[in-house]
Amino acid sequence: MAAQTRKSWQFRRPSVLPGFGLALGVTLFWLTLIVLIPLAGLAIRSSGLGAAKFWALAADPRTLNALRISFGTAFLAAILNVAFGIILAWVLVRYRFPGKRIIDAMVDLPFALPTAVAGIALTTLYAPNGWIGQFLTPLGIKVAFTPLGIVIALVFVGLPFVVRTVQPVMEEIDREVEEAAATLGATRFQTISRVLLPGLAPAVLTGFALAFARGVGEYGSVIFIAGNIPYVSEIAPLLIVIRLEEFNYPAATAIAAVMLILSFSLLFVINLIQSWSRRRYGYGA
Amino acid sequence: MEVRVENIRKEFERFPALHDVSLSIRSGELIALLGPSGSGKTTLLRLIAGLEAPTQGKIFFGDDDASYKSVQERNIGFVFQHYALFRHMTVLDNVAFGLKVRPSSRRPTKAEIRERASKLLDLVQLSGLEKRYPTQLSGGQRQRVALARAMAVEPNVLLLDEPFGALDAQVRKDLRKWLREIHDQTGHTTVFVTHDQEEALELADRIVVMSQGRIEQVGTPDEIYDTPVSPFVFRFIGQSNCLKVRVANGEIWLDDRPIGLPAKDEAEGEALLYFRPHDIEIRDGCGGCIAGVVAASRRVAGTRHLELEIGNGHALMEIELPPERAAAVDRSRLAFRPTKWKLFRE
Repeated sequence: MAAQTRKSWQFRRPSVLPGFGLALGVTLFWLTLIVLIPLAGLAIRSSGLGAAKFWALAADPRTLNALRISFGTAFLAAILNVAFGIILAWVLVRYRFPGKRIIDAMVDLPFALPTAVAGIALTTLYAPNGWIGQFLTPLGIKVAFTPLGIVIALVFVGLPFVVRTVQPVMEEIDREVEEAAATLGATRFQTISRVLLPGLAPAVLTGFALAFARGVGEYGSVIFIAGNIPYVSEIAPLLIVIRLEEFNYPAATAIAAVMLILSFSLLFVINLIQSWSRRRYGYGA
Repeated sequence: MEVRVENIRKEFERFPALHDVSLSIRSGELIALLGPSGSGKTTLLRLIAGLEAPTQGKIFFGDDDASYKSVQERNIGFVFQHYALFRHMTVLDNVAFGLKVRPSSRRPTKAEIRERASKLLDLVQLSGLEKRYPTQLSGGQRQRVALARAMAVEPNVLLLDEPFGALDAQVRKDLRKWLREIHDQTGHTTVFVTHDQEEALELADRIVVMSQGRIEQVGTPDEIYDTPVSPFVFRFIGQSNCLKVRVANGEIWLDDRPIGLPAKDEAEGEALLYFRPHDIEIRDGCGGCIAGVVAASRRVAGTRHLELEIGNGHALMEIELPPERAAAVDRSRLAFRPTKWKLFRE
């Protein structure tokens, strides 16, 4: 990151590749128009509140709980997605079986399906009298209308991110690397845990970051399954909407600003880790 | 360790890659599997390694039948053409990997592993680069790391699959010499695959020439070069000329003239005459010779190669002469006679 900042300061850097100025101009213009201006509006609004008032709004217990639930469930869901996304990608990359293409296409469904539809479908399934819920209720497991339900909804929407980022990198894995590990006496398990997975780490991290970010911002599917009980299963985006409907714009802005700061710092850290590992191992270099 | 391959047959989805191959590799020797692509040399190497399972036949390591042992159990060292290093590990960790993954009962202590890995890096002349990652090394350095990694497990046999194939000419030459030195120091039984005959001739104690899934000839570089047993080996190793001739009256005839080569014990009839471009003598008069017009002439290193048009639809004959000798010949009619040759029947 630091290196990149330094680079962009040298505008007159001579290069054999033409169009740097134009490309950078378009990039900045587009980012400003699409991302920066809306977010700046948010920043201006919340800075108008003043620090004390902003803090009071952000530290409201209901807000804190909503943030905790949002980030906590998104984190859990992203972890689950990493675990199962890797297995899914592995199966899709390594094995040939009938229906593989259909499964491959199914992975993308959460991208395309309206999230509300997903939320309603999942709620129906996991409700105490639903297809799956009816078996879980006797075991004392409640899914719908609890944070667990939120996690399930977020796993659903986040799945393609991990699979689609890991899959291409997995396809690039050289068969010889695995064979080399085997000739050196490594068992299958050691080959996977010490050679293959560490090699996938940067891609997995990207997938995790995307799934996590998606989870934090998810709204449509969650509000149906969550039950939206304040302090228990109410997510931050929903709280923002509730505040808006109450015409309590300052509170909505404050929550949004906190989410923004948290998300950005998390993504920034993940990006730093990635560029570090890229430099080290030479992935994509 | 001695390795014996007995009547190995390998098919890939009904397509035979090796037909009934038998080979005995002596303990401590450096042996080359040489052949064009598709000759089955890499398949044979991978069968010895256990990376492929034979369709039929047996492989022995010493007196042990290793045919159905897994790769891990065979304890071999394998070096791949494209290095196959673990790129998220440092050079030292790459070399130490084989020791680190051993079950705890056979695993040396951490300090010992470190020491052995450092020693090997010393041997391959890479000390000082322990902390580097593979992407920070040149191709030649990477291949040396790969070799150190393979030797770390004290393998029964070291198998190298076109180890220098991805390197440029100069590095390849240096590494070749260096590999020979390493081999002489460590004495590992080593099998390497190559399609580069020069590499095989220079490096190996013995050469196994392969073609179309079969072994054509096994022998020392001298035997392979001087007494090829088949037209394929003659053609594949070094330069050669092939001429359609006829054996009659205990002599070799080209078209309707004898060319001054005796063939006392040969059966009469059509035959193919093989000889090397440098195994010839120039004749002044021609009482039995091959004669032709110089069609082209090239300088190759210390000699001059002349291509002769000998007429009657025969292929161009190539001969090698010292440059000053070549300058003196009559280019419109050059006569010569092979001094060493071999007849093969079709």
